[in-house]
Amino acid sequence: MTPSPRPKPDEVGAGKRPWRRTQGAFALGLLAPAVVVVFGIIVYPMVQTGVYAATDVASAMQTSAPFVGLGNFRSALGRPQFWASMGRTLYFTVVSTGVELLLGLGIAGLLNARIRGRWLLRTLVVIPWAVPTVVSGALWKGIFNAQYGSLNALLAQFGLIDKYQIWLGTPFLALNMVIVADVWKTVPVVAFMLLAGLTSIPDEVYEAARIDRAGRIRTLTSITLPLLLPSISIVLVLRVIEAFKVFDIIYAMTRGGPANGTMTIAYYTYMTAFSDQRYGLGSALAYLIVIVIAGLSALYLRALRRSEMSLL
Amino acid sequence: MRITARGLAAGVVATALAASMVACSSSSNSGVTTLNALFMQQAGYSQEQITQMVDAYQKDHPDVKVESTFVSYEALHDKIVTSAPAGTYDVVLLDVIWPAEFATKDIVLDVTSRYPAAWKDDMLGGAYHTAEYNGKFYGVPWGPSTKFFYYNKDMVAAVGATEADLDTWAGVLGVAQKIRAAGLSSYPIAWSWAQAEAVVCDYGQLLGAFGGQFTDAAGNLAVNNEAGVQTLTWMKQTIDDGLTNPASTTFLEDDVQKTLAQGETAFGLNWEATLGALNDETQSQVAGKIGILPTPAGPAGLRPGINGAMALSIPTKSKHPDAAWDLITYLTSQAVQDQYPTGWPPNWKSSYTDTAVTGQAPELFKAAAVGYASLILRPTVANYNSTSAALQAEIQNALLGQKSPQKAMDDAVASSKA
Repeated sequence: MTPSPRPKPDEVGAGKRPWRRTQGAFALGLLAPAVVVVFGIIVYPMVQTGVYAATDVASAMQTSAPFVGLGNFRSALGRPQFWASMGRTLYFTVVSTGVELLLGLGIAGLLNARIRGRWLLRTLVVIPWAVPTVVSGALWKGIFNAQYGSLNALLAQFGLIDKYQIWLGTPFLALNMVIVADVWKTVPVVAFMLLAGLTSIPDEVYEAARIDRAGRIRTLTSITLPLLLPSISIVLVLRVIEAFKVFDIIYAMTRGGPANGTMTIAYYTYMTAFSDQRYGLGSALAYLIVIVIAGLSALYLRALRRSEMSLL
Repeated sequence: MRITARGLAAGVVATALAASMVACSSSSNSGVTTLNALFMQQAGYSQEQITQMVDAYQKDHPDVKVESTFVSYEALHDKIVTSAPAGTYDVVLLDVIWPAEFATKDIVLDVTSRYPAAWKDDMLGGAYHTAEYNGKFYGVPWGPSTKFFYYNKDMVAAVGATEADLDTWAGVLGVAQKIRAAGLSSYPIAWSWAQAEAVVCDYGQLLGAFGGQFTDAAGNLAVNNEAGVQTLTWMKQTIDDGLTNPASTTFLEDDVQKTLAQGETAFGLNWEATLGALNDETQSQVAGKIGILPTPAGPAGLRPGINGAMALSIPTKSKHPDAAWDLITYLTSQAVQDQYPTGWPPNWKSSYTDTAVTGQAPELFKAAAVGYASLILRPTVANYNSTSAALQAEIQNALLGQKSPQKAMDDAVASSKA
C-alpha cells in the first residue's frame, strides 16, 4: 500500500485559519485551568518555599529578607529536635505501615471471600477511611481520655485493668496510641488496594494448585503472596510516603506532646514556620522532608512500573 | 455549538472579572462595611456573650456588619499569623504574651495615638499594660485575667477544713491529703499541665509563689535558678504523693473544669469564667458547691497570679482600621463590660466599687481584689512561642520523670537561646 501524501499547510481550509492552529489554541485554552492550578498551588509555592529556605524570613509580613544560602539547612540539620523528630517519624512510619499492611492483608482476604453479605462488609470497612482525619483524631482523643474515655471503661469492665490508664500521658505510649488511631483510619484503603490485587489473580491458578494438592499455607506463600507482591510494594511505598508526612492526626490528638513525644517532622516544621515565625528555617525543614519523600516517590514509581497497575 | 479559542478566552476573562467584582464587593457592599473579627471560644467571654455584644453594636451601627470567627485558644496565634498577609481580619484577640512578637513582626497596628489619656487612670494596672510593648500600645485590653483557686466546699468541710487552711500551698496539700485519706477523691488536685501554654501559666503562678521570676535582669530565661527548680520539684512531688491527678499532664483548663464539675476533684486553678460554668447546673454536678479564692501563697509568702489578660487589636493589613477601632472601643467600654463581669471582669477601676457590677459575681470580685493586686508576667520577648514551647516540653519531661527538675530547666534555658 502506498502511503497517501501529507497535505501541505496551505491546502487545508483555504481562506480559513489553519485547522491545527485553531485546535492548538483550543487545546491550550482547555489546558489553561490545569496549568494555572499546577503552577499556582504546586510550582509557585515550591519555588517560593525554596526562596524562603535560602533567606532569613522571620515574619509573615516581611517583604525582603537577608540571603543566607544553605544556612537554614545547616541550622536544621544541627538541631537535636530535628533528628529526634525524624526518629519519631521513622518509628511512626515503620510501625503504622507494617501494622496496616498486615491487617490490610487479612481484611482484603476476608473481603475477597465468597461469603454472604460481602457487599455490606465492604461498605462497613470503608467507613473509617471516609471519616475526615481531624474528626477521627478528635474521636480517638475522646476514646483514649484518661478520665472519661471509653477504652478505659471497656477494659475496666472486662477486668483487664484495675485503674484507668493515661493512654496519652507518656511520650512513647502516646506515640503508639496515635499509631492505633492512624491504623484504624488507614487500614481500609490498604485493604481495598490489596483487594484489587487479589481479585486480579486468576482462579485458574488456584485450581491448578488444588489439583497439585497444595495446602492453604502453600497456596498463600507460593501463589497469593508472590502474585500480590506488585500490589503490596505499591501500597507499602504509598503508605510510607503518607505516614512520613503525618500531621493532622497529631494536631488533633496530642499537638506534639507529651514532652514532644509525638512531635513528628511535619509537625515540627509547622511549629517552626508558623508558631515560631521562622519561615526560613521552616522552609528548609520542608525541603528536607521533600527530599525524603522524593526518594520514596522514586521507589513508588519504580514499583508501579513493574506492576500490572502501571499506566506508564 | 462550536467553541472557538477566542470565545473561550473571552469566557475566561469575563469569569475572572465577575469573580473579582464579587470579591471587591464582599467587604463594602452598598455602603455597609464588613468587619471580620477573630475571637476565642474558650475561657473569658463565652461565644454567646460576644455574640450578644456584637449584635448590640450592629443594631446601633446599621452601616457595619461584623462577621465573627471563633477558634480555640491553641489555634488563635497561628490563625492570626497566617491570616496577617492577606488582611483577612479587622479585629483579632491578642494574648498578653504576643505584643512583643506581633509588634516586632508588624502583624498588628500601633494604636498608641488613638489611646485616650484618661485610660491610664481609669483602667486597672493589670489590664492597662496588656498590649504594651516598648512604651507603645498594640491593642485595647479586654479585661484583666489570672488564674484563681477553685475548691469543692463539701469536700473541704467533710475533712473539717476551712478557707483559712487553703491560704497557702502547704495548707492545700495538707487538706488534699485528708480528702484522699477520707476516700472523697482519688486525686484531690487537677492541673492543666498538658504540653500547651496552660502548663506555663500554672508553672508561672507557682513560680511566683516560690518567689521566682521567669527572666533575669537582662530579660533572659532564668528558670534554672533555685526558685525555678524548687517550683518544678514541688509540682512533681505532688504527683508522686498521689495528690495531683497524674492525667493532669494531658489536661487543658477545660479538662480541669470538667473534673471539678463532675465532683471528682477537690482543687484546681482556672480562669475567671470557670466559676460561672461550675455553678451552672446544666454543666456541673456540684453547682453551688464550688468556692473561689485568690491563688494560695507559697513558701516565700507571695501569691502573684499569672497575667493572662487579653486585648483586641487591629491587624496591619486591615482595610477598615477606623471602623475596627470603633468596634474595639465599644466592646471594651465600661458600659458593655459591666454587663458581662462573669466572663472577664471589667478593665475599669470604678466597676469594682459598683455593686450593680460586683453583685453579679460577689465571690469572684472578692477574690479578684487580691488576685489582680499582684501579677507575674511571662517573658516579654519577641520569640516567646519558641521559648514557651521549650518550657512546656521540659516541664513535662520533669513531671513525667524523664529528667530531673534541674536538668529539665537547664535544658529549657539552653533551648531558649538556640
